Amino acid sequence: MKHIIRQVFHSGKFVVGFCIFVTILLVVIIYPLFITDSPLAILGQGTFFPPGIYVSTFDSINSPTTYTLDLNDAAAVRIANKLSSDDRLAIKDWLLVAGIPEDQIDITDTKKLLDQWSSNYDPKKNIPGMTNAKRNYFVRLDNSLKGLLSAEGAIIATKNPETGILEQTGIVNQSDYVNINQVASVRWLPLGTDNFGRDVLNELVKATVVSLQIGFVAGIIATLIGLTLGLLAGYIGGIADDVIMFITNLFTVIPSFVLLILISFSIGQEQRGAFTIAVVIGFTSWVWTARAVRSQVVSLRNRDHVNLSKLSGHSIVHIILTDILPYIASYVIMALILQISSGILAEAGLSILGLGPRTTDVPTLGLMMNWAMIYQAQILGKWWAYFPVLLTIALITFSMNLMNTGLDQVFNPALRD
Amino acid sequence: MADEKKLCLSGSGITKVFGIGRQKTVAVDHVDFNFYEGEIISIVGESGSGKTTLAKMLLGLISSTEGDIYFLGQKRDISSQKKKQEYWKNIQAIFQDPFSSYNIFNKIDSVLLDCIHMRGGRKLPYAKKVELMSEACSFVNLKFEELTNKYPFELSGGQMQRLMIARIFLLKPKILLADEPTSMIDACSRATILDMLMQLRDETGMTLIFITHDIGLAYFVSDSVYIMEHGKFVESGTADEVILHPKEVYTQRLINDVPKIYEEWDLSTV
Ligand SMILES: Nc1ncnc2c1ncn2[C@@H]1O[C@H](COP(=O)(O)OP(=O)(O)O)[C@@H](O)[C@H]1O
Ligand SMILES: [Mg+2]
Repeated sequence: MKHIIRQVFHSGKFVVGFCIFVTILLVVIIYPLFITDSPLAILGQGTFFPPGIYVSTFDSINSPTTYTLDLNDAAAVRIANKLSSDDRLAIKDWLLVAGIPEDQIDITDTKKLLDQWSSNYDPKKNIPGMTNAKRNYFVRLDNSLKGLLSAEGAIIATKNPETGILEQTGIVNQSDYVNINQVASVRWLPLGTDNFGRDVLNELVKATVVSLQIGFVAGIIATLIGLTLGLLAGYIGGIADDVIMFITNLFTVIPSFVLLILISFSIGQEQRGAFTIAVVIGFTSWVWTARAVRSQVVSLRNRDHVNLSKLSGHSIVHIILTDILPYIASYVIMALILQISSGILAEAGLSILGLGPRTTDVPTLGLMMNWAMIYQAQILGKWWAYFPVLLTIALITFSMNLMNTGLDQVFNPALRD
Repeated sequence: MADEKKLCLSGSGITKVFGIGRQKTVAVDHVDFNFYEGEIISIVGESGSGKTTLAKMLLGLISSTEGDIYFLGQKRDISSQKKKQEYWKNIQAIFQDPFSSYNIFNKIDSVLLDCIHMRGGRKLPYAKKVELMSEACSFVNLKFEELTNKYPFELSGGQMQRLMIARIFLLKPKILLADEPTSMIDACSRATILDMLMQLRDETGMTLIFITHDIGLAYFVSDSVYIMEHGKFVESGTADEVILHPKEVYTQRLINDVPKIYEEWDLSTV
């Protein structure tokens, strides 16, 4: 046993797969210890906030200490943030239409460009061939450019609760800074928010846990059923074999995914918890394990070591447990790993079709994909809503298949002789 | 001796057919035999002639397609697991390939312990069991202390086959079926193993059914010889009758295939 384990860990593929898998496991175990927010809590008023650090504006203004930093590039960065090179080209286009000769327009000279803009821009001017969207764009651009070059700060005013009159309480200068560590409320959303305004990372971690659980439950159920039926059919043979193989063949001709869809559909949305889905997946995917186990057992049951065990007076149960099972254990473990990863994929497939677990209690990887698709994250380019989910599914199944290939390398030469 | 011979195992019309339709193989074809208590019987035939299949039927490991087997004059009844276990207290076997005879996950002691348990020694104190196992091992020139905690596959083929004999030493069955016990063993250990087998037979007086493809060996060890060809017994009788005065061409051929019968076996036993 020790020897086998050592051999398994000498296989590069297995070790890589194992490391990826264990890393994923550790992350999903450790993360909730530190971040205890409910994974389905809705934070954002709106959909698909991009990943980043969110700093409370209110708290920044009211930060206890403000710092004055004279940074040379602050102004340039601020202008560049509002006035991109595309905007400059658009301004140039407008100025050309307004009749300014091309050699007088220098898009690198911000001050001159803005002067020309403010003296020539007229929102009511009708330019033939300009779309409505373009017209709105120029209006927006014009608004954002107002006061871009001014060096004045912004005045903070609050309403006096008694008189109802605005009173100046402070001023924010352009060179004022706050230290992010001193701002009371800062929230890091590494993967932004989803269509409901939930923290995607938080949700993803929980979804990975649930999907792994679904995979394990489905895989263990499928492997147990397949193993039991395969052992009975293979070892006992005769009528038991015929009946079991008849059932197995029935299940083989009906594609299990179709069966899965039909069962999920007939259970109904409200009854479909994550556990139910896992059980349904398990009960529809044992067929290949049963067939493979049976054929292995058939070839084992006439081996001399089984004959010797019979001659030593052992019962059928004892023989199955000690003379058959250990010989197919490596195969069964590999089948289990495969069943787990295909269980995770089956859940994802079902959920994408809208037949997954009900959406109210827990997220799963499949449900997250489903939500992202319904809200068209892939069309809107909100990659953080679906890409991390895809990556997680891919990493889990990839690592498990890698482990399997590694195990195969180790066990198969042993099986051959 | 001839007068007081008692039937131990006999059969009539034993047949085994594998497969159905065009894939049908008749491995054993209507064989009749009478094996007497205390005899050494050889079954000789080329490989593929159906010896192992017949042996498995005699052992009750596979069922026969046709024919009845009689054990101690009574029709053999192994219809239930209990009856089978009872039958296997009387008949044991040594298989051809020692490398596939052992469960690679079980340690050597467990193989021997099983035998003690089968003989009703389950409740014996452990020290007594160890004593029995050591005795069995020393009978076949193995050291039990060196074998505990070892796995069968850590032994050589010859040692494994000797361990098989140690098993028989503990089980003391009425009948031992040895299916080409030395054919997979290197030539040097062969004679030792045969010696041990014969010594065990002499000590226990068990009936020994010795299966071999080597007619010279059969002549050397056995009282009576059955010649098997394509699943049929083509010739049978005492060793002298069959081998010194063969009637069948097939027997003749088997004899010719073994050059210098006498020399070879004289050498190895000295
Ligand atoms: N389980 C089986 N299924 C089908 N054919 C078998 C089986 N076992 C043995 N045979 C066939 O029966 C014949 C006799 O085999 P066997 O008894 O092993 O011969 P021997 O032991 O004399 O070499 C062979 O032709 C073999 O192919
Ligand atoms: Mg054979």
